[in-house]
Amino acid sequence: MSTLTATPAPPTSQRAGQNYWMWLLVGLGVLVAVSAVRVITGAHEIDTPGSLRAALIATCPILMAALGGLWSERAGVVNIGLEGQMILGTWGAAYFTYYYGPWMGIVGAALLGAIGGALHALATVTFGVDHIVSGVAINIIGLGAAKFLAEAYFANLEGGGVRQLTGLDSPPSVTIPGLSDAAVALADQRWFVVSDVASVVAAFTTRVNLMTVLCFALVAVSAYVLWKTSFGLRLRSCGENPQAAESLGVNVLLYKWVAVTTSGAMAGIGGGFLALVASSGFVTGQTNGRGYIGLAAMIFGNWRPSGILTGSLMFGYTDSLRLRSTGAIHALLLLVAIGLIAFAVWKLVRTQQTVQAIVFAVAGGLFLLWFLSTDAVPREFAGMTPYIATLLVLAFASQRLRMPKADGQTYRKGSAG
Amino acid sequence: MSAVVRRVLGALVAPLVAVVAAMAITSIVIMASGSSPGDFWEVILEPPADRTMVNIVNQSSMIFLSALAAAIGFRMNLFNIGVEGQYQVASYAAAITVGAAFVPGLLNVVLGLVVAMVVGAAWAGIAGLLKVTRGVSEVISTIMLNAIAVTLVGYLLNTYGIRAGNSLRTTEIPESSQLAGFTPFLDRDGAIWTLCLLAVVAGIGFSFLLNRTSFGFDLRATGMSETAAVASGVKVNRMVIVSMMMSGAIAGLIWMPAFFGSAHTYGSTFQFQLGFTGIAVALLGRNRPLGIVFGALLFAFLNEQSNRLTLLTDISQNVVQITQGVIVLAVVVAYEVVRRRQQAAEQNAVKRQLDAARPSSPSDDKAVNA
Repeated sequence: MSTLTATPAPPTSQRAGQNYWMWLLVGLGVLVAVSAVRVITGAHEIDTPGSLRAALIATCPILMAALGGLWSERAGVVNIGLEGQMILGTWGAAYFTYYYGPWMGIVGAALLGAIGGALHALATVTFGVDHIVSGVAINIIGLGAAKFLAEAYFANLEGGGVRQLTGLDSPPSVTIPGLSDAAVALADQRWFVVSDVASVVAAFTTRVNLMTVLCFALVAVSAYVLWKTSFGLRLRSCGENPQAAESLGVNVLLYKWVAVTTSGAMAGIGGGFLALVASSGFVTGQTNGRGYIGLAAMIFGNWRPSGILTGSLMFGYTDSLRLRSTGAIHALLLLVAIGLIAFAVWKLVRTQQTVQAIVFAVAGGLFLLWFLSTDAVPREFAGMTPYIATLLVLAFASQRLRMPKADGQTYRKGSAG
Repeated sequence: MSAVVRRVLGALVAPLVAVVAAMAITSIVIMASGSSPGDFWEVILEPPADRTMVNIVNQSSMIFLSALAAAIGFRMNLFNIGVEGQYQVASYAAAITVGAAFVPGLLNVVLGLVVAMVVGAAWAGIAGLLKVTRGVSEVISTIMLNAIAVTLVGYLLNTYGIRAGNSLRTTEIPESSQLAGFTPFLDRDGAIWTLCLLAVVAGIGFSFLLNRTSFGFDLRATGMSETAAVASGVKVNRMVIVSMMMSGAIAGLIWMPAFFGSAHTYGSTFQFQLGFTGIAVALLGRNRPLGIVFGALLFAFLNEQSNRLTLLTDISQNVVQITQGVIVLAVVVAYEVVRRRQQAAEQNAVKRQLDAARPSSPSDDKAVNA
């Protein structure tokens, strides 16, 4: 009955094509807006190659945590324990790098994170404990374990202490000769739009750590595995409708185990990045809530790889702003104002949601007023941005967000009947 | 009789199994790091010194308040992960209010407590409001609000704080508003803070509210089955906001015993992490006040006793954090296993009764009627 009366969905290729053009247009608009703000305010620091490089480094840990969240939640297990798994990863990276070099350090980070993930899987998948409860416990264990292990193993090492292990080797960095120099030179010209593009190119070609490349590659690989292979389809089916999956012969519990363990490994690599690339060694407490930002980036990104990439880049950029001058942060107020007003116009034209359009326009106006009436913004406000942005997205765009249907629910083997 | 015994055993088995499992895992971890588990247990299980005993009482009362705040939400399936942020914002607000000394003496204390509760409730209320009006999961929004709270308080302290040595703090509260508490042992062993009584009052209030009022009944009903609660006329949206704000109000009180008792200002002496400890203890105590009392005492005991580990052994005191985490994880696993066992046992009992009834009355209809 339903198959006969249902209206056929528009061909996906056409919709995908429209989306593609729309996003290209949005990207172009953002580029022009950033460039305009830079030229108007004279705050060139907002996208120099150096700023963007710092942003890239700040992005990776968040990205890996978000990717971990994606793996787990796509299989229907909420992973609040990302923070704890990340902390375990920082220790694993430090220990393995000290004894076996940075590449084994990455493996060690993944391994320790995976142990945290496996613990979460044991509690939530095998024993059916509430996912949030288990995640909270794993964060406590991860924090305690990393401190304890650091004191037990690093105290007597060279460069080590009860809370740290510094002087670790990083994975090598690469610079693409020629292209890098040209891009840096062009970026220094401070031309409208051209220099901004050159900055982006320079950031991706100058002293790029191979671990950064690895992180981005893992996003691509995960997207491919989860969406283009039968393994991924089965895994996602466990997050959407485990009963149906099991009735088709999918070993739901096994898939969830694999997903949650992988999730921990990804978060662990994110922690490893913090210890090996983002700073010069292991310090206890260096994750500083990035596991939670990763979770926010994943929700912000609507449980999709392209979305979490966008979210992580944005959050990574605001995270890196703490190192920039308060003037640069101030210039971004104008960018936010332009963004909000543009969004309000789009809402009005495309969806006729007048009330929401007015809300966004007023918000944009307030930011503009803030920009015009002050000349510096406290650094702390940049640090709050990811969290406030996530709250706002959840509050205003929650109808556009769609999490996996059986996310957070406990599944018991054989309940398909 | 036997049913009562079985219920009591059922309630006790899970925590006992969890504690034993946590002891075993802690011992293994210590052994793996090359130290002696015997040393660890010797230090931990030694009778506490007078000074330690006072600290245990003080700490457990704050942990108790924190766990109670989390438990209110948990009882109606609301995961208030934001206790940590709520008590930070509330403590800061109370500290500046009391520090400003608008009113004299004890009135100032009352004002401080009211401000703490109101601010805590308001901060938690944001999450409640977002959930009700926009359908935002309280887990995510409270995590975000935690992070915003840390940054916000840090900013306010940096901007308006008074420099004292290397750190910043709020104005010290007037002497007439300080509540020293009473010293059960010698003066050098410290005092049990007066406002530890807040824990007792809140615990009794919590029990009364949940078990003796219609609001408490609605709250528990919503927690057990939201659909059933809606069907019986409970306004779930209102319940969400009210219980979230109550949770935040109690969270606001968490640090008050220490604030009026010894800290007297919000600064480097502020104790972080109590919110997360409270969540763990609430889970350990099954969200019941009596269970939470034991959980809070256990956690405070482990924390305080472990302080001497660094002095007496080569074991890091951080190992008790692993112990605590494992206890929480093990206890929820054990409860789940016990629950599944009981469910299976009940199903079997029903099956046996049906099987026994069948030969005498072959028709299923008659079996149902009988």
